Amino acid sequence: MAVVLQTFSLNKHFGGIAATQEVSLRLEQGARHALIGPNGAGKTTLINLLTGVLAPSGGRIELDGSDITRLAPHQRVRRGLVRTFQINQLFAELTPLQCVALAACERRRLGAGWWQAIGRNRAVVEDSAGILERLRLADVMNQKTAILPYGKRRLLEIAIAIAGQPTVLLLDEPVAGVPEGERKEILDTLAALPVDVTVLLIEHDMDLVFSFANRISVLVNGALYAEGTNEEVARDARVRAVYLGEAPHG
Amino acid sequence: MGLEPTRRTIIDAASASFAQASRWRALELAFWLMPIAAAFAFQRHYLLLNEIAILGLFALSLDLILGYAGIVSLGHAAFFGFGAYGAALFAKHVHADPLLGLAVAIAAAAALGLVTSVLVLRGSDLTRLMVTLGISLILFEIANQLRWLTGGADGLQGVVMKPLLGSFEFELNGRTAYLYSLVVLFGFFLVARRVVHAPFGLSLQALRDNRLRASAVGIPVNARLAAIYTFAAAMAGAAGALLAQTTGFASLDVLAFHRSAEVLLVLVIGGAGYLYGGLIGAALFALMHDRIAALTPQYWQFWIGLILVLIVLIGRERLVRPWSWLAAARATWRKPGVR
Repeated sequence: MAVVLQTFSLNKHFGGIAATQEVSLRLEQGARHALIGPNGAGKTTLINLLTGVLAPSGGRIELDGSDITRLAPHQRVRRGLVRTFQINQLFAELTPLQCVALAACERRRLGAGWWQAIGRNRAVVEDSAGILERLRLADVMNQKTAILPYGKRRLLEIAIAIAGQPTVLLLDEPVAGVPEGERKEILDTLAALPVDVTVLLIEHDMDLVFSFANRISVLVNGALYAEGTNEEVARDARVRAVYLGEAPHG
Repeated sequence: MGLEPTRRTIIDAASASFAQASRWRALELAFWLMPIAAAFAFQRHYLLLNEIAILGLFALSLDLILGYAGIVSLGHAAFFGFGAYGAALFAKHVHADPLLGLAVAIAAAAALGLVTSVLVLRGSDLTRLMVTLGISLILFEIANQLRWLTGGADGLQGVVMKPLLGSFEFELNGRTAYLYSLVVLFGFFLVARRVVHAPFGLSLQALRDNRLRASAVGIPVNARLAAIYTFAAAMAGAAGALLAQTTGFASLDVLAFHRSAEVLLVLVIGGAGYLYGGLIGAALFALMHDRIAALTPQYWQFWIGLILVLIVLIGRERLVRPWSWLAAARATWRKPGVR
């Protein structure tokens, strides 16, 4: 399989603190790759580096074989690298329908269109409706995001990402804070992603990690600690030690 | 609800929702009949009506950057004044045709907007307030210094316009002036209305709400901000040009700080983010100014200040709909602690 997303010795320092150290990660097309690690291991920092929110102190990022290390966040999105946020990042005054349609428009490079009303594009409306239906947001699609209950906002967080038709999707703790009863829509949506979409999942919920991913990387103190198939990582004594809090911290 | 709505009904509902958002409402049509009716009803007040139309256009332009894109500005008069001087100078030295002068002023203000947009892209709201204020102060002093060109503190006198479209003289009673300003205002309003319902306008609201997420859905935040800032500058320039052309005069006053403050005040009175706020605010402000100044010529700003404080503290919603205040109070009373 072709390598879609790859990092080469990625580093990020905040003053004296090394948040990311020599991370070299390879994601093949269609991968279901999980990134796990204790709190503060630098998982979200890594996502921020991949998406361009933060500039790395050193190293390189390649998407589909071309260097994207210096590209602005929106340029990476236009190449298909889309993320969700651990803490909801939504548009408070817009409705779910507007949010999703907006992402669909930008994906089609229609976002700068200033004459035709957004609803005139049939494909955008149909795509948006489909995503809203799949994520159980159709019944609230005309309500302002600010007044939606948390579970719906969490679904919208993912709906906006899906509307961008990603080729690589970075999911930062998608079910964080979602009550047990409301997880199903999110899990179903993740399971229904097209097989050629590459997914990197950050998650603390090990049941979800082991059911969704087929490959796992473990990040500790900003560095890759272990990587392998689910079985390999599950057997790894060092990983168990880290999760039991027995590893020497350096 | 037992039945799950099907994909088809959701698509239809989504289409209907978008269509409803961009459709002309009866209330809007009624709104635009008012300035036309005013042209017949208040034939002795064309000058005041003209002032309202110009102020409305100016406030509409601020609404695009403040209400939609979330860019705060304390120096919007920079573009108004640039357009005013541009139109006055063009009429005096190049050509006195109003439409040609308007086009030149719009282009000049747009160019200034494009150049200065770079400065408002970064930083916090406070930075933007200071930067926009700074730019307008700089322009004010430049105009003050260039006496040979602008007339300095005396202003640029004797701007005589040719008849509009070659046949409508700008009479003393201001009828042509008002109709001219009204048509230009309506033209810009139509464009602004298209813009805010198009993907571009939606992307502005998105980046106003959350820039981080906006860039994460592929919105080139800086390019969009620069575009709307430039368009708003062009519009403010048009308003300034209308003032210079219809009054035959441009003075330092068009660049003064109080103009920037006034247009912000107008938008706060009318409400930002729905296009009509600037127009309603302009009418209310100009009428209040006119009435209060007639009663207490020296102290009219006292009343304007008081009204501003009331609007901001009490909230426009509660002033316009006092009953909503009561309802909200009752709800809070019943469920203390629930927000």
